[in-house]
Amino acid sequence: MRIGVITFPGSLDDVDAARAVRLASGEPVALWHGDHDLKDVDAVVLPGGFSYGDYLRAGAIAARSPLMQDVVTAAHGGLPVLGICNGFQVLCEAGLLPGALTRNSHLHFRNRDQLLRVERADTAWTSDYSEGQQILIPVKNGEGRYVGSDADLDRLEGEGRVVFRYVGGNPNGSSRDIAGVTSENGRVVGLMPHPEHAVEDLTGPSTDGLGFFTSILKAVVSA
Amino acid sequence: MHSSAAAGKENRPGTLGGVSRVVVDVVLKPEISDPQGQAVLGALGRLGHDSVRSVRQGKHFVLEVDGTPDEAELKQIAETLLANPVIEDVELHLPTD
Repeated sequence: MRIGVITFPGSLDDVDAARAVRLASGEPVALWHGDHDLKDVDAVVLPGGFSYGDYLRAGAIAARSPLMQDVVTAAHGGLPVLGICNGFQVLCEAGLLPGALTRNSHLHFRNRDQLLRVERADTAWTSDYSEGQQILIPVKNGEGRYVGSDADLDRLEGEGRVVFRYVGGNPNGSSRDIAGVTSENGRVVGLMPHPEHAVEDLTGPSTDGLGFFTSILKAVVSA
Repeated sequence: MHSSAAAGKENRPGTLGGVSRVVVDVVLKPEISDPQGQAVLGALGRLGHDSVRSVRQGKHFVLEVDGTPDEAELKQIAETLLANPVIEDVELHLPTD
Protein backbone atom coordinates (compact mmCIF):
# COMPACT_ATOMS: atom_id res chain seq x y z
CA MET A 1 0.00 0.00 0.00
CA ARG A 2 1.43 3.32 -1.09
CA ILE A 3 0.92 6.16 1.39
CA GLY A 4 2.03 9.56 0.12
CA VAL A 5 3.60 12.10 2.48
CA ILE A 6 3.65 15.66 1.15
CA THR A 7 6.62 17.93 1.79
CA PHE A 8 5.94 21.67 1.72
CA PRO A 9 8.60 24.35 2.22
CA GLY A 10 8.81 24.39 6.02
CA SER A 11 7.44 20.91 6.68
CA LEU A 12 9.18 19.35 9.69
CA ASP A 13 7.55 16.01 10.41
CA ASP A 14 7.42 14.49 6.93
CA VAL A 15 10.28 12.11 7.72
CA ASP A 16 8.64 10.93 10.94
CA ALA A 17 5.33 10.46 9.12
CA ALA A 18 7.03 8.36 6.44
CA ARG A 19 8.72 6.32 9.17
CA ALA A 20 5.39 5.71 10.90
CA VAL A 21 3.95 4.45 7.59
CA ARG A 22 6.89 2.07 7.24
CA LEU A 23 6.58 0.79 10.84
CA ALA A 24 2.94 -0.02 10.08
CA SER A 25 4.14 -2.06 7.06
CA GLY A 26 3.06 0.48 4.45
CA GLU A 27 5.17 1.94 1.67
CA PRO A 28 5.79 5.67 2.17
CA VAL A 29 5.94 7.72 -1.03
CA ALA A 30 7.50 11.20 -0.95
CA LEU A 31 5.32 13.84 -2.64
CA TRP A 32 6.40 17.39 -3.45
CA HIS A 33 3.99 20.31 -3.01
CA GLY A 34 5.05 21.98 -6.27
CA ASP A 35 4.32 18.96 -8.48
CA HIS A 36 1.03 17.99 -10.05
CA ASP A 37 1.75 14.32 -9.35
CA LEU A 38 0.10 12.16 -6.70
CA LYS A 39 2.15 9.17 -7.93
CA ASP A 40 -0.83 6.78 -7.73
CA VAL A 41 -0.80 6.69 -3.94
CA ASP A 42 -3.63 5.01 -2.02
CA ALA A 43 -3.77 7.68 0.69
CA VAL A 44 -2.02 10.94 1.61
CA VAL A 45 -0.57 12.32 4.84
CA LEU A 46 -0.03 16.08 5.31
CA PRO A 47 2.68 16.38 7.97
CA GLY A 48 3.33 18.90 10.71
CA GLY A 49 5.66 21.86 10.53
CA PHE A 50 5.48 25.49 9.52
CA SER A 51 4.72 25.50 5.80
CA TYR A 52 5.60 28.88 4.29
CA GLY A 53 6.60 30.03 7.78
CA ASP A 54 2.93 30.25 8.80
CA TYR A 55 2.80 33.45 6.71
CA LEU A 56 -0.67 34.95 6.17
CA ARG A 57 -2.31 32.23 8.29
CA ALA A 58 -0.99 28.80 9.28
CA GLY A 59 -1.51 26.50 6.29
CA ALA A 60 -3.04 29.19 4.08
CA ILE A 61 -0.42 29.32 1.34
CA ALA A 62 0.31 25.58 1.35
CA ALA A 63 -3.43 24.99 0.83
CA ARG A 64 -3.15 26.77 -2.54
CA SER A 65 -0.08 24.84 -3.75
CA PRO A 66 -0.24 22.90 -7.04
CA LEU A 67 -0.33 19.43 -5.43
CA MET A 68 -3.03 20.48 -2.96
CA GLN A 69 -5.35 21.26 -5.86
CA ASP A 70 -4.94 17.62 -6.92
CA VAL A 71 -5.42 16.43 -3.32
CA VAL A 72 -8.70 18.37 -3.03
CA THR A 73 -10.01 16.84 -6.26
CA ALA A 74 -8.90 13.33 -5.27
CA ALA A 75 -10.32 13.68 -1.74
CA HIS A 76 -13.71 14.59 -3.19
CA GLY A 77 -13.39 11.33 -5.11
CA GLY A 78 -12.73 9.37 -1.91
CA LEU A 79 -8.93 9.45 -1.49
CA PRO A 80 -8.17 9.14 2.24
CA VAL A 81 -6.24 12.12 3.61
CA LEU A 82 -4.76 12.66 7.09
CA GLY A 83 -3.64 16.11 8.21
CA ILE A 84 -1.46 16.31 11.30
CA CYS A 85 -0.94 19.67 13.05
CA ASN A 86 0.12 22.00 10.19
CA GLY A 87 -1.44 19.41 7.87
CA PHE A 88 -4.76 19.86 9.72
CA GLN A 89 -4.42 23.62 9.27
CA VAL A 90 -3.81 23.08 5.55
CA LEU A 91 -6.91 20.86 5.23
CA CYS A 92 -9.10 23.49 6.93
CA GLU A 93 -7.66 26.22 4.72
CA ALA A 94 -8.24 24.05 1.64
CA GLY A 95 -11.88 23.58 2.62
CA LEU A 96 -11.62 19.80 2.99
CA LEU A 97 -12.36 20.07 6.71
CA PRO A 98 -14.62 22.56 8.50
CA GLY A 99 -13.56 25.20 11.02
CA ALA A 100 -10.24 26.96 11.48
CA LEU A 101 -7.18 26.85 13.72
CA THR A 102 -5.90 30.02 15.28
CA ARG A 103 -3.59 31.36 17.98
CA ASN A 104 -3.64 29.41 21.26
CA SER A 105 -5.80 31.20 23.80
CA HIS A 106 -2.87 31.55 26.24
CA LEU A 107 -0.52 32.68 23.41
CA HIS A 108 2.16 30.15 24.37
CA PHE A 109 3.55 27.36 22.25
CA ARG A 110 2.46 24.17 24.03
CA ASN A 111 4.51 20.98 23.77
CA ARG A 112 3.49 18.03 25.93
CA ASP A 113 2.15 14.49 25.93
CA GLN A 114 -1.61 14.69 25.60
CA LEU A 115 -4.48 12.32 26.34
CA LEU A 116 -7.18 12.16 23.68
CA ARG A 117 -10.52 10.41 23.66
CA VAL A 118 -11.40 8.66 20.43
CA GLU A 119 -14.94 9.75 19.54
CA ARG A 120 -15.12 8.03 16.15
CA ALA A 121 -13.58 4.63 15.47
CA ASP A 122 -15.18 4.21 12.06
CA THR A 123 -13.15 6.65 9.94
CA ALA A 124 -10.54 5.50 7.42
CA TRP A 125 -7.79 6.52 9.87
CA THR A 126 -9.21 5.35 13.23
CA SER A 127 -10.69 1.87 12.70
CA ASP A 128 -7.99 0.21 14.81
CA TYR A 129 -9.16 2.18 17.86
CA SER A 130 -12.38 1.72 19.78
CA GLU A 131 -14.89 4.43 20.51
CA GLY A 132 -14.21 5.98 23.92
CA GLN A 133 -10.62 4.69 23.99
CA GLN A 134 -8.03 7.09 25.41
CA ILE A 135 -4.70 7.46 23.66
CA LEU A 136 -1.55 9.35 24.67
CA ILE A 137 0.34 11.18 21.92
CA PRO A 138 2.38 14.40 21.79
CA VAL A 139 0.83 17.77 21.00
CA LYS A 140 3.01 20.73 19.98
CA ASN A 141 1.55 23.90 18.53
CA GLY A 142 1.20 27.64 18.84
CA GLU A 143 -1.85 27.98 16.60
CA GLY A 144 -3.91 24.94 17.48
CA ARG A 145 -7.08 26.48 18.86
CA TYR A 146 -9.95 24.95 16.91
CA VAL A 147 -12.71 27.50 16.34
CA GLY A 148 -15.94 27.92 14.44
CA SER A 149 -19.28 29.62 14.96
CA ASP A 150 -21.57 28.02 17.55
CA ALA A 151 -23.99 27.09 14.78
CA ASP A 152 -21.23 25.36 12.78
CA LEU A 153 -19.93 23.56 15.87
CA ASP A 154 -23.45 22.41 16.77
CA ARG A 155 -23.86 21.05 13.25
CA LEU A 156 -20.50 19.23 13.43
CA GLU A 157 -21.42 17.65 16.75
CA GLY A 158 -24.84 16.70 15.39
CA GLU A 159 -23.24 15.00 12.41
CA GLY A 160 -20.74 13.17 14.62
CA ARG A 161 -17.78 14.74 12.87
CA VAL A 162 -15.64 15.22 16.02
CA VAL A 163 -13.08 12.38 15.95
CA PHE A 164 -10.90 13.31 18.95
CA ARG A 165 -11.30 15.40 22.06
CA TYR A 166 -8.65 16.56 24.53
CA VAL A 167 -8.84 14.83 27.91
CA GLY A 168 -7.10 15.95 31.11
CA GLY A 169 -6.70 19.57 30.04
CA ASN A 170 -7.16 21.47 26.80
CA PRO A 171 -3.71 22.54 25.54
CA ASN A 172 -4.76 25.45 23.34
CA GLY A 173 -8.27 26.64 24.17
CA SER A 174 -9.97 24.70 21.36
CA SER A 175 -13.75 25.03 21.29
CA ARG A 176 -15.47 22.10 23.02
CA ASP A 177 -12.08 20.39 23.56
CA ILE A 178 -12.03 19.42 19.88
CA ALA A 179 -8.66 17.93 18.86
CA GLY A 180 -9.65 16.45 15.49
CA VAL A 181 -12.51 16.31 13.00
CA THR A 182 -13.45 14.37 9.89
CA SER A 183 -15.14 14.91 6.54
CA GLU A 184 -18.71 13.77 5.94
CA ASN A 185 -17.51 10.51 4.37
CA GLY A 186 -14.99 9.77 7.16
CA ARG A 187 -12.07 9.57 4.70
CA VAL A 188 -10.42 12.92 5.51
CA VAL A 189 -9.25 13.37 9.11
CA GLY A 190 -7.33 16.22 10.69
CA LEU A 191 -5.97 16.60 14.21
CA MET A 192 -3.50 18.86 15.99
CA PRO A 193 -1.65 16.20 18.08
CA HIS A 194 1.03 14.04 16.47
CA PRO A 195 0.40 10.29 16.13
CA GLU A 196 3.60 9.89 14.08
CA HIS A 197 5.62 10.82 17.18
CA ALA A 198 4.07 7.96 19.19
CA VAL A 199 4.97 4.86 17.21
CA GLU A 200 7.96 3.46 19.13
CA ASP A 201 8.68 3.09 22.84
CA LEU A 202 12.17 4.52 22.43
CA THR A 203 11.09 7.90 21.13
CA GLY A 204 7.45 8.42 22.09
CA PRO A 205 5.30 8.47 25.22
CA SER A 206 3.46 5.40 23.87
CA THR A 207 2.90 3.53 20.63
CA ASP A 208 -0.72 4.71 20.54
CA GLY A 209 -0.17 6.66 17.32
CA LEU A 210 0.56 3.57 15.24
CA GLY A 211 -3.17 2.83 14.96
CA PHE A 212 -3.65 5.66 12.45
CA PHE A 213 -1.23 4.03 10.06
CA THR A 214 -2.46 0.46 10.54
CA SER A 215 -6.07 1.64 10.19
CA ILE A 216 -5.44 3.25 6.83
CA LEU A 217 -3.73 0.16 5.43
CA LYS A 218 -6.86 -1.87 6.23
CA ALA A 219 -9.14 0.83 4.81
CA VAL A 220 -7.16 0.87 1.55
CA VAL A 221 -7.13 -2.94 1.26
CA SER A 222 -10.88 -3.19 1.81
CA ALA A 223 -11.66 -0.36 -0.62
CA MET B 1 3.60 57.26 12.72
CA HIS B 2 1.14 59.20 10.62
CA SER B 3 -1.77 60.82 12.33
CA SER B 4 -2.83 63.41 9.76
CA ALA B 5 -4.88 62.74 6.66
CA ALA B 6 -2.12 64.10 4.43
CA ALA B 7 0.55 61.70 5.65
CA GLY B 8 0.81 57.95 5.11
CA LYS B 9 -0.73 57.99 1.66
CA GLU B 10 1.25 54.92 0.68
CA ASN B 11 -1.10 52.95 2.91
CA ARG B 12 -4.30 54.46 1.51
CA PRO B 13 -6.29 53.64 -1.60
CA GLY B 14 -5.31 55.78 -4.57
CA THR B 15 -3.99 55.88 -8.13
CA LEU B 16 -0.65 57.01 -9.47
CA GLY B 17 0.81 56.63 -12.96
CA GLY B 18 -1.62 53.96 -14.11
CA VAL B 19 -1.21 51.91 -10.95
CA SER B 20 -4.05 51.60 -8.46
CA ARG B 21 -3.44 51.07 -4.79
CA VAL B 22 -6.07 48.85 -3.20
CA VAL B 23 -6.28 48.34 0.56
CA VAL B 24 -7.71 45.27 2.29
CA ASP B 25 -8.30 45.19 6.05
CA VAL B 26 -8.88 41.87 7.81
CA VAL B 27 -10.07 41.44 11.40
CA LEU B 28 -11.26 38.47 13.41
CA LYS B 29 -15.04 38.14 13.57
CA PRO B 30 -16.49 39.58 16.79
CA GLU B 31 -17.40 36.12 18.10
CA ILE B 32 -13.83 34.79 17.69
CA SER B 33 -11.71 35.65 20.71
CA ASP B 34 -8.49 37.54 20.00
CA PRO B 35 -5.84 36.65 22.58
CA GLN B 36 -3.24 38.84 20.86
CA GLY B 37 -5.49 41.87 21.15
CA GLN B 38 -6.16 40.99 24.77
CA ALA B 39 -2.40 40.81 25.44
CA VAL B 40 -1.99 44.29 23.93
CA LEU B 41 -4.85 45.52 26.09
CA GLY B 42 -3.13 44.08 29.16
CA ALA B 43 0.10 45.91 28.29
CA LEU B 44 -1.80 49.17 27.81
CA GLY B 45 -3.35 48.75 31.26
CA ARG B 46 0.09 48.23 32.81
CA LEU B 47 1.25 51.43 31.08
CA GLY B 48 -1.58 53.36 32.68
CA HIS B 49 -3.81 53.70 29.61
CA ASP B 50 -6.93 52.78 31.52
CA SER B 51 -9.28 54.45 29.07
CA VAL B 52 -8.69 51.83 26.37
CA ARG B 53 -11.44 49.27 26.83
CA SER B 54 -10.75 46.81 24.04
CA VAL B 55 -8.14 45.97 21.38
CA ARG B 56 -8.74 43.81 18.30
CA GLN B 57 -5.69 43.02 16.18
CA GLY B 58 -5.98 42.62 12.42
CA LYS B 59 -4.09 42.67 9.14
CA HIS B 60 -3.69 45.46 6.60
CA PHE B 61 -2.81 44.61 2.98
CA VAL B 62 -1.77 47.15 0.35
CA LEU B 63 -2.02 45.84 -3.23
CA GLU B 64 -0.68 47.72 -6.23
CA VAL B 65 -2.71 46.78 -9.31
CA ASP B 66 -2.10 47.67 -12.95
CA GLY B 67 -4.78 49.92 -14.40
CA THR B 68 -8.30 50.21 -13.06
CA PRO B 69 -8.91 47.51 -10.44
CA ASP B 70 -11.47 44.83 -11.24
CA GLU B 71 -13.68 44.97 -8.16
CA ALA B 72 -15.02 41.44 -8.56
CA GLU B 73 -11.52 40.00 -8.88
CA LEU B 74 -10.24 41.92 -5.88
CA LYS B 75 -13.25 40.88 -3.84
CA GLN B 76 -12.42 37.27 -4.67
CA ILE B 77 -8.76 37.77 -3.71
CA ALA B 78 -9.77 39.38 -0.42
CA GLU B 79 -12.38 36.80 0.51
CA THR B 80 -10.64 33.62 -0.60
CA LEU B 81 -6.97 34.19 0.20
CA LEU B 82 -6.30 37.32 2.24
CA ALA B 83 -9.06 36.45 4.74
CA ASN B 84 -10.41 33.15 6.01
CA PRO B 85 -14.19 33.71 6.00
CA VAL B 86 -14.63 31.07 8.72
CA ILE B 87 -13.03 33.33 11.31
CA GLU B 88 -12.35 36.72 9.72
CA ASP B 89 -14.23 39.71 8.31
CA VAL B 90 -12.70 41.59 5.40
CA GLU B 91 -13.06 45.14 4.08
CA LEU B 92 -12.00 46.08 0.55
CA HIS B 93 -11.05 49.71 -0.10
CA LEU B 94 -10.80 50.72 -3.76
CA PRO B 95 -9.45 54.08 -4.96
CA THR B 96 -12.12 56.74 -5.22
CA ASP B 97 -10.09 59.32 -7.16
